[in-house]
Amino acid sequence: MTTAKLQSGGGLWHWLMQDTMDGLRRRRAILGYLFLLPTLLGIFIFTAGPVFVSFGLSLFRWNIFKPPDFVELANYERLMGDVRIAISFGNTIKFTILAVTTQVSIGLLLAMAVHRVTQTAMRYYFRTAFFLPLLMSGAAVAVVMGYIFHKEFGPLNYYLGLMGVQQIPWKTSADWVLITIVIMSAWRNLGFTFVLFLGGLSNISREVLDAADVDGAQGFRRLWSVTIPLLSPQILFAAVTGVIGAVQVFEEPFIMTRGGPGNASRTAVMVLYEAAFKNIEYGYGSAIAVVLFLVILAFTVVQMWMSRRWVFYQ
Amino acid sequence: MTANIMRDPGDVSAARHRLHVISFVASKYVPVIVLFMLSIVIIAPMVWTVSTSLRKGTESFTVPPKWLPTDLAVENYAQVFEKVPFGRQIINSALITWGTVVGQLISAALAGYAFARLEFAGRELLFWVVLATMMIPIQAVVIPVFIFLRNLGLVDTLWSLILPAVPTAFGTFLLRQYFLTIPIELEESGLMDGANQWQLFYRIYLPLVKPGLAVLAILSFNFHWNEFFRPLIFLIDNDNFPITLGIFQLQGYMMTGSIAVVLSGVVMSLVPVIIIFLIGQRYLIEGIMRGAIKG
Repeated sequence: MTTAKLQSGGGLWHWLMQDTMDGLRRRRAILGYLFLLPTLLGIFIFTAGPVFVSFGLSLFRWNIFKPPDFVELANYERLMGDVRIAISFGNTIKFTILAVTTQVSIGLLLAMAVHRVTQTAMRYYFRTAFFLPLLMSGAAVAVVMGYIFHKEFGPLNYYLGLMGVQQIPWKTSADWVLITIVIMSAWRNLGFTFVLFLGGLSNISREVLDAADVDGAQGFRRLWSVTIPLLSPQILFAAVTGVIGAVQVFEEPFIMTRGGPGNASRTAVMVLYEAAFKNIEYGYGSAIAVVLFLVILAFTVVQMWMSRRWVFYQ
Repeated sequence: MTANIMRDPGDVSAARHRLHVISFVASKYVPVIVLFMLSIVIIAPMVWTVSTSLRKGTESFTVPPKWLPTDLAVENYAQVFEKVPFGRQIINSALITWGTVVGQLISAALAGYAFARLEFAGRELLFWVVLATMMIPIQAVVIPVFIFLRNLGLVDTLWSLILPAVPTAFGTFLLRQYFLTIPIELEESGLMDGANQWQLFYRIYLPLVKPGLAVLAILSFNFHWNEFFRPLIFLIDNDNFPITLGIFQLQGYMMTGSIAVVLSGVVMSLVPVIIIFLIGQRYLIEGIMRGAIKG
């Protein structure tokens, strides 16, 4: 109804709706901004903006009793001297290196083995079986594995016992607990790396593999100089996303061990959670968040930098 | 082979031949057998979970472990609803996940289309900004977001989980890739037929990126159905909890009680994801592989 009126009125509407290439271009540009608006606004409010706010908050002392108070780098100084935080970040870095190495290498071996299976039904079975744990929530995995890894009554120690292994204190020994969490998280994340590599393998052109056969590349040599370079983009992706996920490890220790015994399974996100939402110290919590972010950034930058040497795009 | 037979005395060549056959058979079947055993180890915890959830409390933590359901104690499942408001929590999980997925599909389809097919000043720059935010972990922003949501009065409502999760850099990137694969000729013929810009998007492009929408919907469903960290912080009241927090509560109450009840909760939380997986596993797996190809 207003269209006719506006059209006759000329002005802005006419400028926009002109039946020329210019009019079309303008309409498309404005549509572009309109279409982006919800996403850009949302990302600005909930991600991009808060990153800077986190940096800012980390310079304040702010708890339930007092209004925010600018303290410069005091939170970071306190953080440096906090043994509990040092242990937690140490655990997180140890966990990250172990977990990512495990899930990438085992996922790769599984994918290579399944890739050779030619029978469709069997391939389907293996693919589903290795993928299934990925569907479980971290919370469910932590609960179930808490029972599986139980020292006296857990099924795992029972079967290890049949093989003559002494009962392992999976959750109650400071020496074991990180390894236990690595096993749990590898169990769940194998599905991801496995599917990723299986897809990568099926993308490798037959000619390349045939050429490798002609050159007599076999066994380990073939793995090292043919398969791994060809899969390197997927390996890089698995490593980068694996690290980002692993540094954020939380549910597994939080639910299964509450960070114990002692601080042996306390992680960076757990101390962040405790500082900000248990002790209600937003400034101190933000400082931990900033350091956590820098750890992820450092890992990623190092991986990307190293990848220039070994990642090969077909 | 023939050369061998002619040169060697009969016995040796037969033995060699047998060795060849054995190593051939071994290289073909040993990996499959190893894979098969590994697959059993990997599935075992899930099988144990289901079968234990159906056992009586006194039978639930037995040594040696039992693998087949013995008692069919379905009352464990009923008990879950008595210990925690599980019915309410299932509904909460469904609402959170549904709201987030629908919101992401709409906003990411619009933004992905804009980045792929519309031309405007600053497009490349904005695209890189969006991509860069994919690197930011939730923990780096959770404190300001919590304070903001509290000021809006949204803490302890389902909106606190839905609203911040709707804008999705990953979904935008993913759908942009799908829009880019659609030939531009379709657009030209659409314009010839007198379609306006909205119709081009809605009638021509959108139906063609349905597989991309399916990938995003399934990945997002899995992620948000299973979420734990944000609900733990943003929600206070039991009645607002999603199912993941419900399981956590159950485990806390049951430290000394029957683990069969806790595992019943776990099984119920898994049912929707398994159903979605069975319907859309093609999309789920494609989604995982897509991320790596262009990324």
